[in-house]
Amino acid sequence: MVNHNYQHESSGCGLVGIISTTGKKMSGEQVLRAVAVLHERGNGLGGGFAAYGIYPKYRDFFAFHLLMDTAESKTAVEAYLQEHFIVEHGEAIPTRNPSERYPQYSSGRNLEEILPEITPPAIWRYFCKPKRPEYSTDGLTDEDYVVQGVMHINENIDGAFVISSGRNMGVFKGVGYPEDLGHFFKLEEYEAYTWTGHARFPTNSQGWWGGAHPFTLLDWAVIHNGEISSYGINKRYLEMYGYKCTLMTDTEVVTYMLDLLIRKHGLPTEVALRAVAAPFWKDVDRMSEEERKLNEALRMVYGSALLNGPFAIIFTHSRGMVGLNDRIKLRPLVAACKGDMVYMSSEECGIREICPNPKRVWNPRAGHPVIARLEDGVK
Amino acid sequence: MNQNKHGLIPPKFRPVINRELCRRCKRCILSCGFEALTFENGVIGIAGECVACHRCITMCPEGAITIQKQPLDYRDNEYWTVEIREELYRQSESGGVILASMGNDKSFKSYFDHMVLDACQVTNPSIDPLREPMELRTYLGRKPEKVTVEKDKQGKFQLKGKMPANLLLETPIIFGGMSYGSVSLNTHKALAMAAKNCGILMNTGEGGLHKDLYPYTDHIIVQCASGRFGVSEEYLKRAAMIEIKIGQGAKPGIGGHLPGEKVTAPISETRMIPIGTDALSPAPHHDIYSIEDLRQLIYSLKEATEYKKPVCVKISAVHNVAAIASGVARAGADVICVDGFRGGTGATPKMVRDHVGIPIELAIAAVDDRLREENIRHQVSLIASGGIRTSADMIKAIGLGADAVAICTAALVALGCHICQQCHTGNCSWGIATQRPELERRLDPEWGGQQLTRLIQAWSYELKEVLGLLGVNAVESFRGSRERLRGIGLSELELDILGIKHAGR
Repeated sequence: MVNHNYQHESSGCGLVGIISTTGKKMSGEQVLRAVAVLHERGNGLGGGFAAYGIYPKYRDFFAFHLLMDTAESKTAVEAYLQEHFIVEHGEAIPTRNPSERYPQYSSGRNLEEILPEITPPAIWRYFCKPKRPEYSTDGLTDEDYVVQGVMHINENIDGAFVISSGRNMGVFKGVGYPEDLGHFFKLEEYEAYTWTGHARFPTNSQGWWGGAHPFTLLDWAVIHNGEISSYGINKRYLEMYGYKCTLMTDTEVVTYMLDLLIRKHGLPTEVALRAVAAPFWKDVDRMSEEERKLNEALRMVYGSALLNGPFAIIFTHSRGMVGLNDRIKLRPLVAACKGDMVYMSSEECGIREICPNPKRVWNPRAGHPVIARLEDGVK
Repeated sequence: MNQNKHGLIPPKFRPVINRELCRRCKRCILSCGFEALTFENGVIGIAGECVACHRCITMCPEGAITIQKQPLDYRDNEYWTVEIREELYRQSESGGVILASMGNDKSFKSYFDHMVLDACQVTNPSIDPLREPMELRTYLGRKPEKVTVEKDKQGKFQLKGKMPANLLLETPIIFGGMSYGSVSLNTHKALAMAAKNCGILMNTGEGGLHKDLYPYTDHIIVQCASGRFGVSEEYLKRAAMIEIKIGQGAKPGIGGHLPGEKVTAPISETRMIPIGTDALSPAPHHDIYSIEDLRQLIYSLKEATEYKKPVCVKISAVHNVAAIASGVARAGADVICVDGFRGGTGATPKMVRDHVGIPIELAIAAVDDRLREENIRHQVSLIASGGIRTSADMIKAIGLGADAVAICTAALVALGCHICQQCHTGNCSWGIATQRPELERRLDPEWGGQQLTRLIQAWSYELKEVLGLLGVNAVESFRGSRERLRGIGLSELELDILGIKHAGR
């Protein structure tokens, strides 16, 4: 039987995204400073970061970041990974000693004060390759195989949760204010060409580490401010393609939807974005014949993939970053650029904190994406 | 035994005339299609003939008429109800099946009345449909699983290949199949005009398409039913969509019967049968004895229309409806219309009407679930019909997974029908379910078209309001979004079938 018993939660949030389109690496300090300015947009019940380019040594391996509540869940995860993957390396993700001094951009509380409230699970990373014959007959790509693995762990192993699974990237997230979590995860020690940061204000969270943003699948990572009012049908649509929405938050459907449209259905990013934030019919009716045909077809086929309700999202992947608003811009999103840097944030102040004089600052139009890509040739 | 002409069946209603108010203009007498009024030194209401269709009271300029139930107390019996007793009288007199019309009127649970909708608060602002765009546009037809694009010469993305034939509805409502014969030509004209005004479709039912409706081709669904009445190449050309009627909610598993006295010259021409002959639709299609035969008919019709028109298959909601719908989708249907047991008809055995079939709410939920489980939901559009009374019913049906709804009885009510359930008699005083020329001409198609246009407009406004309060601005963001529905007073099993949670969860 179909399981209809799901509940989902919603939240308001602050967002920051930074990308160097030339692939120049920067430490986590910038994104931490920016997200600290957005303090009021969070309530201490969730914060997180995505970073791209942080594992050059293991660039060919899928980096599984895992949250594990118990020793049993860790044993089960490791057994599963050993059976289905070649595990090149596994280690606890380094975290700061609580007694260390906190930097100025944190919430002002010492980690020693904070940690008892937020009790972190075991946080580990494993660098893996699919363990499968070279000429496999299952018809799956390596990516499909990894997705299956992620879905399996999240669904079937109690207390274990994969927070990211892409190559040469990773997600750091948990319960707390993001600036404190960044400090906890020692983000200043990582070098990445793309960073996103998120401050969360959940309306009904039990304070679960896995519930914080970003949400990821492979190298997709999504941070999100808003609520997907079309969650119910988006979820049912994704279920037809084997996605299991286990996290009970609407941001998850954004991640899976983009994965489905871009990776599985092979749509170019800008076309996929037109499916999830479709232009209004009144605008489509005025387009040229060819353009109208494409937009009409997208809407006919992907009506159930339309993301409706208030949202501003920043989604990132290995080759770029995209900011997108809902069709009537019910949530703030600001973009800016300077040199090879592109910034996006829910507030301009988040950008000004780390780039006081951007060349250009603008408010992207409702439903119109801002797309930043690594330049061709940048590895 | 001395009896009045109604035998053992006591009279039901009596028109009562207020002699002081009555001006003796006799409009009421002319109005009555059932000869329930007569004149002898003043207007007299005849008990037993009146069916409470209210035409006379609507036409009376003085407000001098009331319709009363003929007082008649039976000894109380919860088991041997009055209805049962009267049916037994009637059957023992006629020796035949009892005919009835409209839909199942028994007190079965209406699931529509046990579902409520969500609304936005705080984190997801509701949207004001008067200030923001609110999109109801709906496409009926098969969709590919995914869109493929290619770059044109300027490097812009364009659609690769062609989309299958789809029909555009400006609002997710169509007028369901009611045949010319069961209803009057003016009724058909009113429906066609309104369909054109509203950017929607009207279904001809199985009685063919009268030539007067040819100008409405883009808004016509023609039906190909077991009797094949009126089916010709021209007929198929004159339609935007073709519907194969396998079943009907009011009479699942049986055919139809238009008595010969209703087969007048224009009906004979439209149905392509001799004047005065009974128009009998067989129970099954005589060329469809299983799903592969249905597939052949679907593709014959597609071949005949060069794959330019979607083909719909209408089935009754019966026990195994989900599996049947899945088979129909795989047989090549582009649209499936599921007709629930409250669906109406111009004539059906009462026993069948009241005891065969299942509610549309459960059927549509089961079908939508099944098609999703099999990952073929995109291959067909789903139309829910059979007892959609209000915009609320429509909205809940869409929330359960229907692409659109078809309305029939509600549309007839907009034309004046008071649901007196006498369609099978052909005496409709409102000029709707009749072929008597003097009655038929009462229905002004222009006025009827306006009535129906306003009804569709009103429901569309209400749908927009609901989408707005749900915080979405496109109907497809609510379609099948069962998360936005909750049940009240339903068992766990019922909730499970509907795929919704109970209120409070």
